[in-house]
Amino acid sequence: MTTLDSLNEGQKARILDVIGEDAIAMRLMEMGLTDGEEVEHLGCAPLGDPIEFFIRGYRLSLRATEARRVVVERIA
Amino acid sequence: MSVTDSPVTATLRKVAVIGNPNTGKSTLFNALTGMQSRTGNFPGVTVEKKIGRLHLDNRVVDLIDLPGTYSLSPRTPDEMVSVDVLLGRQKDVGEVDAIVCIVDASNLERNLYLVSQVLDLGLPAILVLNMWDVAQARQVSIDVEGLRQRLGMQVIVCEAHRRMGVHELRQAIIHSDTLVAPIRPMPFPEEFYAECGLLKKTLTALGSRKLPFYLIERLLIDVDGHVEIQLAAEHGEGLTSVLKDARARLRESGCRVPIVEAKARYRWAREILDGVASVPRTRVTTRSDRIDRVLTHRFIGLLFFAAVMFLVFQAIYTWSGPLMDVIESGQNIVADLVQASVPVGPLRSLLIDGAIAGVGGVLIFVPQIALLFFFIAILEDCGYMARAAFVMDRLMTKLGLSGKSFVPLMSSFACAIPGVMATRVIENRRDRMVTILVAPLMSCSARLPVYLLMTTAFVPPVMYAGGWVSLREIVLFVMYLVGIFVAIPVAWLLRKTFFKGETPPFVMELPSYKWPSIRIVMARVLDCSKAFVVRAGTLIFATTVLVWAAGYFPADHTAQHQLAAQIELSEIQIAQFYADGNQSAAKQATVELTELLEKQNQISGDLIEASFLGRTGHAIEPFVKPLGWDWKIGVGVIASFPAREVIIATLGTIYSLGGDVAEDDASLTDKLRAAKHPDGTPVFNVAVACSIMVFFALCAQCAATLMVIRRETNSWRWPIFTFAYMTTLAYVGALVTYQVGMLLLT
Repeated sequence: MTTLDSLNEGQKARILDVIGEDAIAMRLMEMGLTDGEEVEHLGCAPLGDPIEFFIRGYRLSLRATEARRVVVERIA
Repeated sequence: MSVTDSPVTATLRKVAVIGNPNTGKSTLFNALTGMQSRTGNFPGVTVEKKIGRLHLDNRVVDLIDLPGTYSLSPRTPDEMVSVDVLLGRQKDVGEVDAIVCIVDASNLERNLYLVSQVLDLGLPAILVLNMWDVAQARQVSIDVEGLRQRLGMQVIVCEAHRRMGVHELRQAIIHSDTLVAPIRPMPFPEEFYAECGLLKKTLTALGSRKLPFYLIERLLIDVDGHVEIQLAAEHGEGLTSVLKDARARLRESGCRVPIVEAKARYRWAREILDGVASVPRTRVTTRSDRIDRVLTHRFIGLLFFAAVMFLVFQAIYTWSGPLMDVIESGQNIVADLVQASVPVGPLRSLLIDGAIAGVGGVLIFVPQIALLFFFIAILEDCGYMARAAFVMDRLMTKLGLSGKSFVPLMSSFACAIPGVMATRVIENRRDRMVTILVAPLMSCSARLPVYLLMTTAFVPPVMYAGGWVSLREIVLFVMYLVGIFVAIPVAWLLRKTFFKGETPPFVMELPSYKWPSIRIVMARVLDCSKAFVVRAGTLIFATTVLVWAAGYFPADHTAQHQLAAQIELSEIQIAQFYADGNQSAAKQATVELTELLEKQNQISGDLIEASFLGRTGHAIEPFVKPLGWDWKIGVGVIASFPAREVIIATLGTIYSLGGDVAEDDASLTDKLRAAKHPDGTPVFNVAVACSIMVFFALCAQCAATLMVIRRETNSWRWPIFTFAYMTTLAYVGALVTYQVGMLLLT
């Protein structure tokens, strides 16, 4: 299972699922991380975490622990 | 003429403003209301209530600014406030007539999520497409007319920071009574609405008050949300099982609550935008993105961050100095004027040591507040603030906080007051509260005089490393570390007790960089300084006057007043002798004056001992004895409740040097070194000095900070809590320091 935090810089992926139904999962979905969407890994903060992504036309930053909740498949 | 006097005036209309964070909402709000807004708090929560009044064409509208949010699904009481205001359920606001929804035109899809929830409320609404220039830079093209037709609502294009579209929006708000209710999106499948209908009937059967349709939707969607919690408290288990069954039925029919909402609303957003807005298929790299590559770079990014933070810290720590000196000399000038015109007596003392000192004690913080908010406003307005949180998050999560807590905590090393005020950038209530409660532990600049006095007087000037490091410097450095190291377990404990729950997510949008607007920055500086003076100032003033009274009464001041009058007369005489060229008489008179001054200082010391303050000092002596203190230090600590640095003036008075001593005053250090207990042993030694320093490092002897905490948390509970926990820590810390110190000394 590939999750969003395992992407490398510049890699793109398609979202398959967001794990859980708690407040964090809901917040991730509210921000537009829903299944079928395309995400791009833009880079990390200087200390390695959080990670910046490109989704639905904007730049979203997530901690690795949160990105781990998002199941994705890599796009070539 | 005020519009409210006009007979033609229609009833006051209320319009609420809502939008995602980083959409330029507050800039637009200020541009619309021209800074004429009243700020306060919604009762019972930490949410700021900001209401501005709009006058135009004999019409009046109250504009209510709601906190920036990504969604209207209330999970906490704080989030419920916005929903309650919009639904007219917030009693102190009343019915809302229309909603202005501000969106970032360059990021329409995500922003439409909130819009769909706003439209579900059923109120007339205006859509503001703000940041039009950013949208164009990102090659986003929007057919405004098409969007207007699809949404069935008025759409206005804006560039708030350039004031473009502001006039048009103002007109639209003023004439919002002509707006019609928009088309409800109804994004959910039919089964969902059927269940809502059933739930509505069940609630009526349970005897519930009539709920707006939006809240029935929320009740069904938000598992363990605020609406469910509220209603479950009213109706008990019955409702919980009804909800459970309804959600189970929905799941069976393929409508998975709660995740159905995001999918349904984003599907709706995409349908609305299809053919109306076009976003480039590949990501457009703008100048902002290129800047960002450098500023979040592994090395350059950190370096730049450190440089910016150093600049901000320097500003509040050092640059505020000259401004604070101006305020201090202003205070002295006024005090001199009073001295010259008011005869010696309680009134003069009240005016100078109570009232003027009180006003000065409030104004002295304004330079630091103004400077910090000057930088914060620039950093926020240009978009770097979000990056600062991004860069520092990893470090701050180690303390259980988020990157957004860094700037408030760093600022607290200069002064906790602007630091606590700066926590407003933290949207999450738990993170914000924990940051507020540990901010006063950071060693602020007011502690430095106490550290300096104690180290110069009692720490031997030993040098290490070939004269590069002195023991005094090490002690000073350790004192700064004490606060940090105590803050870590305190923050941890707070999160395990009062502010339980999961770590809030760091889901944050990184906005595009732009040039900050001077107008916006200055407005922010004025706003914050004013808020501090008006809303915390009165309480700080009152505390200063109270402590003055405790140090003045009930002693008999006649002898002191006679002496003071004699001194003033003598000063005039000396000036006269010099003017006449009578040097010997002047010298003779100066010798007499010195004697008089010494006598006055002696009497002042005796008077403070006889005052309420002195009596309290004696009364608490048994409690402070284990810390190695005598009653005089006790008095100094109590008297320094309005501000820590006051202890130096108080010690000066008690040790009969007068109140005008500085921390580097040789006579004060000499007096302290020479101070003896009645049995002849010296009062002070290194252990006592360290015990005092540790106490001051950890205590909450700063009325201004406590009053600002009251203001920011909207409750007396938290300043009282802060005072209690910090005083306890300070006492225990000082006790351990002294006892261990004495063991090491003997």
